[in-house]
Amino acid sequence: MMLIPCPWCGPRNETEFHYGGQADVSYPADPQAVSDVDWARFLFFRANTKGIFTERWNHQAGCRRWFTVRRDTTTNEIFHDDSHEAVTR
Amino acid sequence: MTGEYRLADGGRIDRDRPVRFRFDGHDYEGCAGDTLASALLANGVHQVGTSIRYGRPRGIAAAGPEEPNALVQIEEPFPEPMLTATTVELRDGLVASGLPGQGRLATEPDPARYDAINAHCDVLVVGAGPAGLAAARSAARSGARVIVADADTEFGGSLLGTRDELDQAPAWRWIDRVTSELQASPDVTVLPRTTVFGCYDDNYLVAVEHRGEDAFTRQRAWHIRAREIVLATGSHERPLVFPGNDRPGTMLASSARTYLHRYGVLPGRRAVVFTTNDSAYAAAVDLHDAGVEIAAVVDVRPVATTVWTARCVERGIRILTNCAVTGTSGADRVSGAQVSSLPSGDAAPAELDCDLLLVSGGWNPAVHLHSQARGTVRYSEELGALVPDRTPRGVRTVGAAAGTFTTAECLRAGSEAGSDAAREAGFHADVAEVPGSPSGPVTPPQPIWLLPGLSADSDDEQFVDLARDATVADVRKAVGAGMSSVEHIKRFTTIGTAHDQGKTSGLLSSGVIAELLGVEVAEVGATTFRPPYAPVAFAALAGRDRGDLYDPIRVTAMHDWHLEQDCPFENVGQWKRPWYYPQPGEDMESAVLRECHAVRTGVGMQDVSTLGKIDVQGPDAAEFLDLVYTNKMSTLRVGRIRYGVMCHADGMVFDDGTVMRTGEHRYLVSTTSGGAAGVLEWLEDWLQTEWPHLRVHLTSVTEQWATIALAGPRSREVLARVTSDIDLTNDAFPFMSWTDGTVAGSGARVCRISFSGELAFEINVPWWHGRQVWEALHRAGSEFGITPYGTETMHVLRAEKGFPIVGQDTDGTVTPHDLGMGWAVSKKKDDFLGMRSFSREDTARSDRKHLVGLLPPAGSAVVPEGTQLVDSTELPAPPVPMLGHITSSYRSAALDRPFALALVKSGRDRIGQTIYGHVGDELVPVEITEPVFYDKEGNRRDG
Repeated sequence: MMLIPCPWCGPRNETEFHYGGQADVSYPADPQAVSDVDWARFLFFRANTKGIFTERWNHQAGCRRWFTVRRDTTTNEIFHDDSHEAVTR
Repeated sequence: MTGEYRLADGGRIDRDRPVRFRFDGHDYEGCAGDTLASALLANGVHQVGTSIRYGRPRGIAAAGPEEPNALVQIEEPFPEPMLTATTVELRDGLVASGLPGQGRLATEPDPARYDAINAHCDVLVVGAGPAGLAAARSAARSGARVIVADADTEFGGSLLGTRDELDQAPAWRWIDRVTSELQASPDVTVLPRTTVFGCYDDNYLVAVEHRGEDAFTRQRAWHIRAREIVLATGSHERPLVFPGNDRPGTMLASSARTYLHRYGVLPGRRAVVFTTNDSAYAAAVDLHDAGVEIAAVVDVRPVATTVWTARCVERGIRILTNCAVTGTSGADRVSGAQVSSLPSGDAAPAELDCDLLLVSGGWNPAVHLHSQARGTVRYSEELGALVPDRTPRGVRTVGAAAGTFTTAECLRAGSEAGSDAAREAGFHADVAEVPGSPSGPVTPPQPIWLLPGLSADSDDEQFVDLARDATVADVRKAVGAGMSSVEHIKRFTTIGTAHDQGKTSGLLSSGVIAELLGVEVAEVGATTFRPPYAPVAFAALAGRDRGDLYDPIRVTAMHDWHLEQDCPFENVGQWKRPWYYPQPGEDMESAVLRECHAVRTGVGMQDVSTLGKIDVQGPDAAEFLDLVYTNKMSTLRVGRIRYGVMCHADGMVFDDGTVMRTGEHRYLVSTTSGGAAGVLEWLEDWLQTEWPHLRVHLTSVTEQWATIALAGPRSREVLARVTSDIDLTNDAFPFMSWTDGTVAGSGARVCRISFSGELAFEINVPWWHGRQVWEALHRAGSEFGITPYGTETMHVLRAEKGFPIVGQDTDGTVTPHDLGMGWAVSKKKDDFLGMRSFSREDTARSDRKHLVGLLPPAGSAVVPEGTQLVDSTELPAPPVPMLGHITSSYRSAALDRPFALALVKSGRDRIGQTIYGHVGDELVPVEITEPVFYDKEGNRRDG
């Protein structure tokens, strides 16, 4: 049971959260200008990192905040030294 | 006297409180404080059951949770399968029987209560032996919140099974003093009878507390989040592998000592002690002093430790060094041990008579929790055991669990770990003083895995895992088949997979594998230690989350009314929705036909409160909804309603519903009943992470509004009877608009929305007034024969109109165009979620599956939902080309025939064609049609 740091609520049990997958996959500024290949890459391709991974979580059973953490996928250690901007992608 | 093997005094049992119990049909007496195992031994009973594969007699081999053999079935007070006799507390009236290696589940329900508790602490100490108690005391004195848990009924750990002294006094005096101090500390939670069985991420540990049959809750699961952990979980003695090592009467040496000192029981009259290390000498000496004749101490080492040699000589105990036990005899109980010099076979073995064979192959630190906490272990040549190597942050493993085997060292390390843990948790902590403990020189153990020189014939009598009846022959077979990984061999031989999870057999099998492969034990390693450390009843894990409390149940304001109609319910997410309202003698089909007929010809009413409702507010609400719906919502006028479809960025439909504009900067969005939470999360995702500049706030109001659908040509007349301030004419109140007013005395927001194609109203009232308004409408409608209807009728009526249900007629691979809803996709917007994907090659191709109608022959049966559709009258050889499948299928009252909706490849281009549904062994012809079956012109919606 991981302890996940919600920016609003503080550390809470993993069961309160919903996983949001890889972070920093931005919606293209003008999707119509993107090639089919790049669009497919945006839609369907995600990293499957062994090690430190930047990922999104949603505090679904709490404040509904979406946020980003860095987690080591081999140990589930979450790095608290992050100073991610308040608005995360 | 409670049993002929019970001593007149000594031990921690209460001879004044006899306990009567029954085992395998015989009545016995034990004492308060006994385990079932100690009480059986006191009565001279060694054999408890038989082995799982070979049916060999098996007895009590240990005194704790590491017991591989003594499996019992509890019959009274409550049937419980497969417990170890060594961990069952004796109680009056206990009825138990021995097992042939496996138990049977009770057929009657468990009447006991189980519960769960969540706890947080600064320092959790697991294990209350010398190291754990010292750690808990250091931590507690700092003022930290401490939890100390131990599986045993009382604290003291290994000290309970010895007559060791601390500060020149019996050890129990120190144990009692520390336990009392801990109990008196307000911030310390003392948990005996509590097995910590799992250690998970971020110091989250789960334990089960056995509170006893008479407690309010029989067992309680503790979910503990600890800042810092001290693992003082002790160690398990390891047996030895030799021919006939499974005969009842064969017991771990320290366990025999525990039976003597803790329970005042002699496990036999004449013992042979077979050892690879010093610890078994204490058992030999103590048992001798208590009156057991020691036939010999058989030590594989060439030289015994001087101090122990002296003590044995003093007592006339013979020591046979450089020797091993190479066989046993006896029927149901050991009656003799063959002793040979090493390497075996040099001389004819000597036969020693005995009724007890004590073994000690060394000690395995209980590194289970350490390992679960992602600590690493390494093989120590010196100890012949796996010991902790690297320890993760927040965790300390101390005492015997860390390979420290003298009491003095355990006390010191424990005390330091306790204060270190408290300091790490932010407290000012000193290292508490520890009592003095005698310790002497120790001769290193000499681990031995396989005795040399034995003939291969004996392999199948040399047991590696007693619980699984797995022998050296089994390991040899695995190695012979080419396996070298301990994980593979474990699965092939099943060693370590029984109830004890290899507590005695795990490393033993690694040693045997290493011998057979001719490699080092360190190279073989050990299998992964996984939770649970000890067996846990599912009932304890479930706690109160069973039956009605298994999952939250959501009900509407009108739920009690539905219950009074005795209607069956359909589960939609966590919601309970009325399915249909059967009248006496009706089955589902006839009830649904009646309800459908009523809505098409008269008036019906349905509780639709469960539809998700999200209040969208803010100056940028219109812009936001334009981005998340495929159609345009900014052009919607206040007071009007529009149907909308939501797609993911991949262009696939994932929810739909109506959107009401309730103000310049405010909308009320409705979602499917099951999709509400997912839609809210998804909207928040885009709002927070991609478009944070949009000034929009979202609020779930699903449970603020109770909603009643009033549908059918007579619905306007019914509504008119309970409202006076709403003009219900089509001109004043047109289709797809809403108005506020008073309905049956309650403030209401009434919409002209129809999911059936009939004239219909959706009446939203505050949840609190839901039932009152529902009943008023029901009364007002009685003269029109108003008919309550459930989800099934709703499904039939909407299917007759070709309205898809997201999640039933779609599956995440369906675009709005596939549904024939190109009209709901705006061509005027610069962008919306899904738009870019509609021009992808795969999404744009013309042979995608389309939602179409299907008509089986009139008079035929309903074709089941999920039926696969093919193009031919006979099935070709597989793979059969599939055209699609039926998504919705019903009998229509209005059409008087069965009909269906289906996703069919190029379906809209095949309208008029006949294809075939594969039902059972038959191919049923179905004609492809437009998806709208009823009132194609839409004439009925205005009444």
